[in-house]
Amino acid sequence: MPFKPVILWTDALIFVLVIAVLLFILRARAKEHLRAPWRRVARNRMAMVTLVILLAYVLVGLLDSLHFRPALPDTPSGQREYAVEVLSVLDVLVTPLRTQEEKTYSAPFATHLYAKETVERADGTQERIFPRLRYGGAHLTDLSARGEDIALTALRGFIEGVVAWAAFAALLAAWLARRGRVVYREMLQKIMRGATDIPWRAVLITSGVLIVLTAMAAELGVKYHLLGTDKVGQDVLYQAIKSIRTGLVIGTLTTLVMLPFAVLLGIMAGYFRGVVDDAVQYLYTTLSSIPGVLLIAAAILMLQVYIANHPEQFETVALRADVRLLFLCIILGITSWTGLCRLLRGETLKLREMDYIQAAQAFGVGHFKIITRHILPNVMHIVLITVVLDFSGLVLAEAVLSYVGVGVDPTTLSWGNMINAARLEMAREPMVWWPLLAAFVFMFALVLPANLFSDAVRDAFDPRLRKL
Amino acid sequence: MTMRDPLLRVTDLRTWFNTSSGVLHAVDGIDFEIKRGETFALVGESGSGKSLTALSIMRLLPAAGHVSGAVFLEDQDLLRLPEAEMRQVRGGRIAMIFQEPMTSLNPVLSVGEQIGESLLCHQGLRGAVAHTRVLELLDAVGIAEPRRSYGEYPHQLSGGMKQRVMIAIALAGEPELLIADEPTTALDVTIQAQILELLRNIQRDTGMAILLITHDLGVVSEMADRVAVMYAGKIVESAERERFFGAPQHPYTKKLFDSLPGKSSVKASPGIGTALLQVRDLKVYFPIQKGLFKRTVGYVRAVDGVTLDIAQGRTLALVGESGSGKTTVGKSILQLIRPTAGSVRFGDTDLMRLKGEALRARRADFQIVFQDPYSSLNPRMLIADIIEEGMIVQGVGGSPAERAARVDELLEQVGLSASMKYRYPHEFSGGQRQRIAIARALAVNPKLIICDEPTSALDVSVQAQILNLLKRLQDELGLAYLFITHNLAVVEYLAHDVAVMYQGKIVEYGDVEQVLHHPRHPYTQALLSAVPKIAGRD
Repeated sequence: MPFKPVILWTDALIFVLVIAVLLFILRARAKEHLRAPWRRVARNRMAMVTLVILLAYVLVGLLDSLHFRPALPDTPSGQREYAVEVLSVLDVLVTPLRTQEEKTYSAPFATHLYAKETVERADGTQERIFPRLRYGGAHLTDLSARGEDIALTALRGFIEGVVAWAAFAALLAAWLARRGRVVYREMLQKIMRGATDIPWRAVLITSGVLIVLTAMAAELGVKYHLLGTDKVGQDVLYQAIKSIRTGLVIGTLTTLVMLPFAVLLGIMAGYFRGVVDDAVQYLYTTLSSIPGVLLIAAAILMLQVYIANHPEQFETVALRADVRLLFLCIILGITSWTGLCRLLRGETLKLREMDYIQAAQAFGVGHFKIITRHILPNVMHIVLITVVLDFSGLVLAEAVLSYVGVGVDPTTLSWGNMINAARLEMAREPMVWWPLLAAFVFMFALVLPANLFSDAVRDAFDPRLRKL
Repeated sequence: MTMRDPLLRVTDLRTWFNTSSGVLHAVDGIDFEIKRGETFALVGESGSGKSLTALSIMRLLPAAGHVSGAVFLEDQDLLRLPEAEMRQVRGGRIAMIFQEPMTSLNPVLSVGEQIGESLLCHQGLRGAVAHTRVLELLDAVGIAEPRRSYGEYPHQLSGGMKQRVMIAIALAGEPELLIADEPTTALDVTIQAQILELLRNIQRDTGMAILLITHDLGVVSEMADRVAVMYAGKIVESAERERFFGAPQHPYTKKLFDSLPGKSSVKASPGIGTALLQVRDLKVYFPIQKGLFKRTVGYVRAVDGVTLDIAQGRTLALVGESGSGKTTVGKSILQLIRPTAGSVRFGDTDLMRLKGEALRARRADFQIVFQDPYSSLNPRMLIADIIEEGMIVQGVGGSPAERAARVDELLEQVGLSASMKYRYPHEFSGGQRQRIAIARALAVNPKLIICDEPTSALDVSVQAQILNLLKRLQDELGLAYLFITHNLAVVEYLAHDVAVMYQGKIVEYGDVEQVLHHPRHPYTQALLSAVPKIAGRD
């Protein structure tokens, strides 16, 4: 095999999560009461636009979660050896971004380094100049043609993007036409007029913008450093893209860790009352009165010591960074389940007095069955709303924690680490502003749609907002 | 201006809502007039549009509602007034009181402040003058110690007192018309009698007109000068009271009268055999806990020594007002609430001695039907699953195929169709849900069903159907019922024996004839005399 697949802990959990979501979708399709609120989400234009953006992020994150170690080309023993470096499918797709490393800082679209260097001339004199970049704009012989070159390349990317989008739109319309059993032309007209139940026109416009932007970035990214390079000359665009996975992992896996605690303990406290209730309440009041950052810092430092003392357990750098990421998720989960737990306890207190729970008790139905059949399905909407609302908060929390220094591993590419590095870059003269801007834009473009989407989900699931 | 001129004239009033599933005509072109000093009753079942009529007159509809037509208060068309002037009409010339006194008052303002606010808005009174006027108003609505009540907060008052305060607030603006939207529905029958009496007295003293919205024909008969019956957004019949009760014209009105539970002529009355259920000296005390360590400082005696018997195939009605502990009796017999003392013998076992599995195994024999059909079915389960659940747990009904057949049979038995079993509860009306709840209880072949106010959340015509169903099932299956209710008319229709509960104790117990027609205990007498009587009926 030309490569050896590597399944990191977080990869495994991400795919478990994906399978769980797929199973939920399959189940929800069959049950009307589960399907109805999602149908309301699907008919909300804002929800669909943000969903398209979120799906683009998820796609990048998933591609970045398929890890492998490539085989080394020449091995003296004849035995196949694999590189120590762990790559992902995304790394392969964006190979030019990954491999075209400069010496140090360079501004977006620059052809020269951002720092002066002493070079020796042919005549033996030394001079301090801004040297040319190794890759950025290296194909240009006449530097005055840079503007023209950028415009032409961007235009080529634009055209490619439009063509790709047109193909996508045609396929979507064909699929919709087949499903709705209408003529293709009619379906196309309906989409263009915005007359479909699900706002496909908005979906197409959003995905069009995304596809065109991606195509342009792909064309330009090979020739220039779109968002410049960082201190060690790595492309900032590459860093920002790789950070997507870190953000998504923190946002989703933390929830996965938190859910069993919150759901089980919250429902048990509300349902059994008495001693169980007291114990759970005691637990979460204690936990929520410890400063979260303190707990996280302590746990992360402990893990660091453990990793340092047991290097044999961690084969690669990637594995070490991954364990730290997972641990961060777990500890964030442990400190953040109390809010949902409280909500669920309150709701269960209300539900347990409902007549249908009493009717089940009158039938002699066991406690466990009452909880799983009668209470859990009736609090699921709260769980869902909380999960979606928490997501953006967790993505932001990662940035803050990494800035403080107790976040992900310094070798893990993340927005938090980029912002942390910017602390020095902003103090530098002249200022290096592009890594911070890139982290900000990418994070903003994830968190804003996530917030808008969670608003739409909450509205769809909130019975009080249902109109007459 | 003479008394004969109409005070309020409503012509071709239409109220509609634009919904995603089309236009919903809630009020569909109604006309009526109210003269000064008269009481006009608008009668109808839930969803007939009577409350929306009142809200349309007051222009208090939800944002999605649209109104057309004309509402003349003397010569002013209310629907065309600017909002600022309309505010002077609301509370000033027309006042309104609502069904639920618990939520109509602001919990963080004292009673005096809330009445004072209305005085300030409409009379411009403030300071000592306002204070005196508030005390006068409290006195006028029959609150015993106005000075003390002035500073009290709503949670310190009972439901009846709150409704009196609401009336005082309404009277503060000295209205010409009072709209009373089901003013006594949430109240006990004795309190209802007092509030109705109060409204009559105020009307006599001030000469205001009353638009009374109600579903209770008894209340109409006691209060109204003229009556209009609403059905599906239209007024189907409008008449003077005597003619309305003497000779109802419209088929729907006739149906309403027929639905009133009367005395049932034939009551299957098997001889008093061995008692199926024997309750002896049942006590349920709830501890009042205080402090950090939840020290018990006292007890609420919800049920305080109740003794009763129910024989196979007979119905015992447990009658009482809210807070009398009747629901607690029902739930403690089922061991859903564990009694503090006493004994509950079912057949030959004392249920209070059973625990865990042993108790669960006996649960098939006694089942319960709840008051609120909307909260008694799990909204996330199919009807078939709801009915089947008890069978699975209790191990009755055999194989899955046999159980499915039994579900069909049960649905047919309670008057629904077997094809409905793959639907969710929200697709059914209140009456249908109550039928499903009955089918669920029947699924495990119980001997005793505790019916906890099974009809009080339902419209009168649906109530009649459910009562007939319960009766038919009793005849067919020989069920025993413990029928918990506050409605004495239902008692007469269904029960063989009656127990009257008051403050956790049974004050009178006996044959239905004897208790209802020759009551001995003063409380039973008060209860019976408080029931509004319909003219021309006994």
